[in-house]
Amino acid sequence: MTPNLYLWLIPVLPLAGATINGLFGKRFSRQTVLAIALGFCGAAFVMALWIAAQFSSLALPHVEKLASWIRAGDFQVDFAFYLDQLSLVMLLVVTGVGFLIHIYSVGYMWEEGGFYRFFAYLNLFMFFMLTLVLASNYLLMFIGWEGVGLASYLLIGFWFTKDSAASAGKKAFIVNRIGDFGFLIALFLMIKHFGSLNFAQVFRIVGGMPAETGGGGLLTAIGLLLMVGAAGKSAQIPLYVWLPDAMEGPTPVSALIHAATMVTAGVYMVARSHVVFDRAPQALMVVAIIGTLTALFAATIGVCQTDIKKVLAYSTISQLGYMFMACGVAAYSAGIFHLMTHAFFKGLLFLAAGSVIHAVGGEQDMRKMGGLRHYIPWTFWTMTAATFAISGFPPFAGFFSKDAILWKAYSSPYGSWVYWAIGVFTAFLTSFYMFRLWFLTFFGEYRGEAIGHGDHLQVVGGSRATAPHEHGHGGIHESPTVMLIPLVILAVLSLCGGWIGAERFDKFLLPALHAGVTAYSPEEAAATPAPEPKEHGGSESLLTAISVLAAASGLFLAWLLYQRRPQLPQEIAHALGGFYEAVVHKYYVDEIYAAVFVKPLIDGSTRILWQGIDRDVIDATVDNSAEGAREVSDTMRHMQSGNLRSYAGWIAAGAAVVIAYMVWTGTR
Amino acid sequence: MVPLSYYLVLSGILFACGVTGFLIKRNIIAIFMSIELMLNGVNLSFVAFAAQWHALSGQIFVFFVMVVAAAEAAVGLAIIIAVYRTRETLNVDRVNLLKL
Repeated sequence: MTPNLYLWLIPVLPLAGATINGLFGKRFSRQTVLAIALGFCGAAFVMALWIAAQFSSLALPHVEKLASWIRAGDFQVDFAFYLDQLSLVMLLVVTGVGFLIHIYSVGYMWEEGGFYRFFAYLNLFMFFMLTLVLASNYLLMFIGWEGVGLASYLLIGFWFTKDSAASAGKKAFIVNRIGDFGFLIALFLMIKHFGSLNFAQVFRIVGGMPAETGGGGLLTAIGLLLMVGAAGKSAQIPLYVWLPDAMEGPTPVSALIHAATMVTAGVYMVARSHVVFDRAPQALMVVAIIGTLTALFAATIGVCQTDIKKVLAYSTISQLGYMFMACGVAAYSAGIFHLMTHAFFKGLLFLAAGSVIHAVGGEQDMRKMGGLRHYIPWTFWTMTAATFAISGFPPFAGFFSKDAILWKAYSSPYGSWVYWAIGVFTAFLTSFYMFRLWFLTFFGEYRGEAIGHGDHLQVVGGSRATAPHEHGHGGIHESPTVMLIPLVILAVLSLCGGWIGAERFDKFLLPALHAGVTAYSPEEAAATPAPEPKEHGGSESLLTAISVLAAASGLFLAWLLYQRRPQLPQEIAHALGGFYEAVVHKYYVDEIYAAVFVKPLIDGSTRILWQGIDRDVIDATVDNSAEGAREVSDTMRHMQSGNLRSYAGWIAAGAAVVIAYMVWTGTR
Repeated sequence: MVPLSYYLVLSGILFACGVTGFLIKRNIIAIFMSIELMLNGVNLSFVAFAAQWHALSGQIFVFFVMVVAAAEAAVGLAIIIAVYRTRETLNVDRVNLLKL
């Protein structure tokens, strides 16, 4: 019998923080708001650590039921929490990185208006995210899923007086709805065919089903629909368009929600549903293809972005593509491993980028930076660690996880050399754009305007009286210590986080991720020998060498183009002409979506729904009946002459008619 | 014994006189009196039927009608006085306040 872990406390603690700050924060001093927000978030982190500490002694998966929620016949949904190796990893990542980013936000948001609001939203996000990763059934997961979407919307639009931020929030919300629609239909299918949404029950039923080969069927449909949901939340083709715009939010938000945690929810969900995907090869293939294409596609866009946060945003999309590539070749543990290391180094990249933006007074355009390494050495060194990590240089964390993914993409029974080749090319692009960012920001001469004006800052904060001008004070300056501590911790994690090694990580996750695989018929398990490499061990080191080489050549090319011969990029851009234009404009995807989906929708709503149905049918009916009533009354009104004798005449006439009628009926 | 039809004819004549007076008179007092005439026309037919059929309820109805008529006369006269005070006329054609 496992002890009671009070799992429900983990999500509820941040909720308490969010409630207190959200309701009363306006009256609190900044210090009180901080104490509440950090206290509750830190308590959740401590609880996660406490659980991790006694983890080995637990019988897993560990389920704790808090209350029953829906009961209808045989169908039952509970508020219950589920702990296994997978949710533990997510729990530690979310609470750990989340807590660090909370600390960082103290420094970053100190002089912003709506300080309490920011921390209330941040805690709210933590609540929903922890609900998502700890849920023991799909419906509770869906609550968390929608909730993080809400928190993301609120935080993207944090500076809501700025039009672009408000519309970016809306865009994120609406695009996510499309994905959620797919997720929801997958849930309906599960209810209809399995009669349950509990992980344990669904996986037991699915585990008893044979793998779907050929045309596909129920499991393929569920898998694809889940993938639609994951593509929305995790910004994959074709639903990735919201993430770059989401950079309108404050930088800690970009780090927490749009890099480290929320956007990885899709990966988590796919890994959690691996039992379904294992039996739906077609769905798995779609996942892999979407992931691979997204990785490549977003990386190419990232190469041409000039806004430091936009580069990181496209980089996030690309790295999420890697994770889906891993999931798509049934190497879930590699995907989760990359999810973890990515949370470290991408969180760090965003926080460091925030520190850079802070240092140069709110400027986000890399062309106006340069030479910053002398001014902000802490930021520079931590960012360097993250850049090397994401580019996949050993011994940084990113190397191990990316290498695991690429190796699995090649060697897994579902894999193919095509995935691997695109993955390596993407790794090269990743390295290139990251070092481009690194060189443009930290090397060369400072290209910004004279420092300390802060006139461009109005953009950041909108027109409120409390608009953030704080980023503009003084010259280029290092961020306060409270911002540097998380940077350093994350830098250490970016360096060491991969040293566990993909093998050991895989072994750790084995009970959670292969539980369903062993459950189905033993012949089948024998027929598809567990992820045995197609080639012998020698090729693994060869492939590793190639991917490191790709990363190194990315570094070299970036050095050549942006350090050694800075005029060269212009010439190349000229030479590429139309293609370069297309990439700079993000392949015109936003424009295409606007033309294909948004404009017809708006036109249709305007012409048919508004002018056609609402105005010409509904309004017209109401208006015309009112008009008719008025006209009829207008004629009838003249009977009300006020003349007593005419009234009496009418009464007499009426009485005469009644009498005549009665006489007539009486004599018939 | 006087046949029932006589009473009814007289009752009809009274009622017709009342209606006619009500319709053609302009003086509000005369209209009021016409109403009393109609009521009493009806009363007459009530008591005539009651006597004919030896049923007491017709006579009881008459008492009711008389009581109500008395009450109505009190209220009506009060209204007439109030109207006269404000409009200084008893001509109903000039008291057309009921007009919309």
